[in-house]
Amino acid sequence: MGEKRDSVYMHRFAILTAIATFFLIMAGALVVGNEAGLAVPDWPLSYGTWMPPMEGGVFYEHGHRMVATTVGFLTTVLVLWIWRKEPRSWVKRLGWTALAAVIVQGVLGGITVLYFLPAPVSITHACLAQAFFCIVLSLAVFTSPAWQSVQESHEDSDSPAFRHLCLAASAAVYIQLALGAAVRHRVLGVLAHLLWAGMVTVIMLWMARRASVRWHQLTSVHRLSGAIVILLILQLILGAGSYFIREATKNAVQPQFSTVWITTAHVAIGALLLGFSWVLTLMAYRKLPCSSKIYSMAGTPEKSLV
Amino acid sequence: MIQTKLSWLSVFTLAIALTGCGGGQESAPAGGASTEGAAAPAAAPSAPIDPATAGSVTGKVAFTGQAPANPVIRMDATPACAQANSEPVHADEVLVNGNGTLRNVFVYVKDGLGGRTFPAPAEEVEIDQQGCMYRPHVLGVMVGQKVRIKNADSTNHNVHPMPTNNREWNVSQPPGGEDLIRDFPRAEVMIPVKCNVHPWMKTYVGVSAHPFFAVTGEDGSFELKGLPAGEYTIGIWHEKYGTQEMKVTVEAQKAATADFSITG
Repeated sequence: MGEKRDSVYMHRFAILTAIATFFLIMAGALVVGNEAGLAVPDWPLSYGTWMPPMEGGVFYEHGHRMVATTVGFLTTVLVLWIWRKEPRSWVKRLGWTALAAVIVQGVLGGITVLYFLPAPVSITHACLAQAFFCIVLSLAVFTSPAWQSVQESHEDSDSPAFRHLCLAASAAVYIQLALGAAVRHRVLGVLAHLLWAGMVTVIMLWMARRASVRWHQLTSVHRLSGAIVILLILQLILGAGSYFIREATKNAVQPQFSTVWITTAHVAIGALLLGFSWVLTLMAYRKLPCSSKIYSMAGTPEKSLV
Repeated sequence: MIQTKLSWLSVFTLAIALTGCGGGQESAPAGGASTEGAAAPAAAPSAPIDPATAGSVTGKVAFTGQAPANPVIRMDATPACAQANSEPVHADEVLVNGNGTLRNVFVYVKDGLGGRTFPAPAEEVEIDQQGCMYRPHVLGVMVGQKVRIKNADSTNHNVHPMPTNNREWNVSQPPGGEDLIRDFPRAEVMIPVKCNVHPWMKTYVGVSAHPFFAVTGEDGSFELKGLPAGEYTIGIWHEKYGTQEMKVTVEAQKAATADFSITG
């Protein structure tokens, strides 16, 4: 009973870490939008202290560092918790991966400041943030009571399989976020990002339609795919808005509120889109295994039913 | 088995991020002045210029067309900046003088001096941060000439030149902190200098290998004195309107004219 309660708390803590990571991604987007990446020239300290005056660009850059420190702390606690209490070794390994990722991410953040925002490092920093978000979401999903309980599995004989569609959608969104980061850091023009948006839209709508037509009886899958469609529409609107407002304000002498907030919202909804797609992918693998094999998803990998 | 796959799937995302996607800072200590990046002692002129054989280039930079409105800068995010200015501060990107000329245009001899070398002057050039604006907005220095950067404001600034031909640096300068004294060892037109704490703060430094440069002021005119007789290419640079150049012939004891025109 106590172990079960522990597991629930661990799951909730993983969700908290994922939410904090989402806010960290938003904080990072605010740093880029406000051109504040170099407002604090030193690292790991800020102006030689832990708490500089939070004015101007320092507010965004040091604020980002504070949220990052919080996420690092939450991740460390989560990983230690998993290490102590989690019986599944593959979940433990994923936990250590999360810890390694957050450390690498912090170091990348430092390098990008100390070397004046080299685009490859800044883009990798943005990409790893999204990957880390997915890893933390994975931990939240894998530690959930629903994941660990024995559930009925449904055979998916479609081609392509729904889980593969979900995986393709997640990969497409991830690539799109990487392209978006390249656009924001002025390595790429907007064309590739625009064209790939079309690909993402097609794959996501295909996935959502499959969920609606074939798997509407799976309430969680159905709801999640519905939410993804809403996010997709919102994201397309924000993308168009970001493009036009950036063009309109590109000669402004300082970052404009409207530009900063619409581009930050675009990054945030992009992260949510990736996160939701990724969770749906995990659920599809959980609930809709391949037709030839039906696995028990509750226990260790060795506990296959076939 | 499938859990292992899912675990690896999550790790794979991380791997993509790491493989697919892809200085140093300094802080001014308090008190006194800091110097950095001093160039080697400047060489004496390779062939001293005889004033009797020297001429000059004079001219102005006219502006035609509609000058863009300079918007008011929002400083409310930094109370010290807002309080330092009793009047609204407008952007100083395009300043058109009353006589229809353009201010803050960097004018320099782009070509024609051959292999002559010139020593850096001993006097320093000053950049101040006042009311969260750089003063002056455009300036010229010689290679190796000392630039003294002051912070008269009661707030933190960071001084961040973004050159392409010199070393980039980014130094914080607290209120009351010591002046920064730097130089640029290579010629470069122009080096933007930015404060990332206050992203509207920009100044531009033209680094020249010779002393024949000027920045247009309130009458939009310039004079390049002491040029040996010969043919020269005069270049101009403006923050918004880019570059132009013109060929002129300088004769001894005479002033050649190089009038430029920029259309807004």
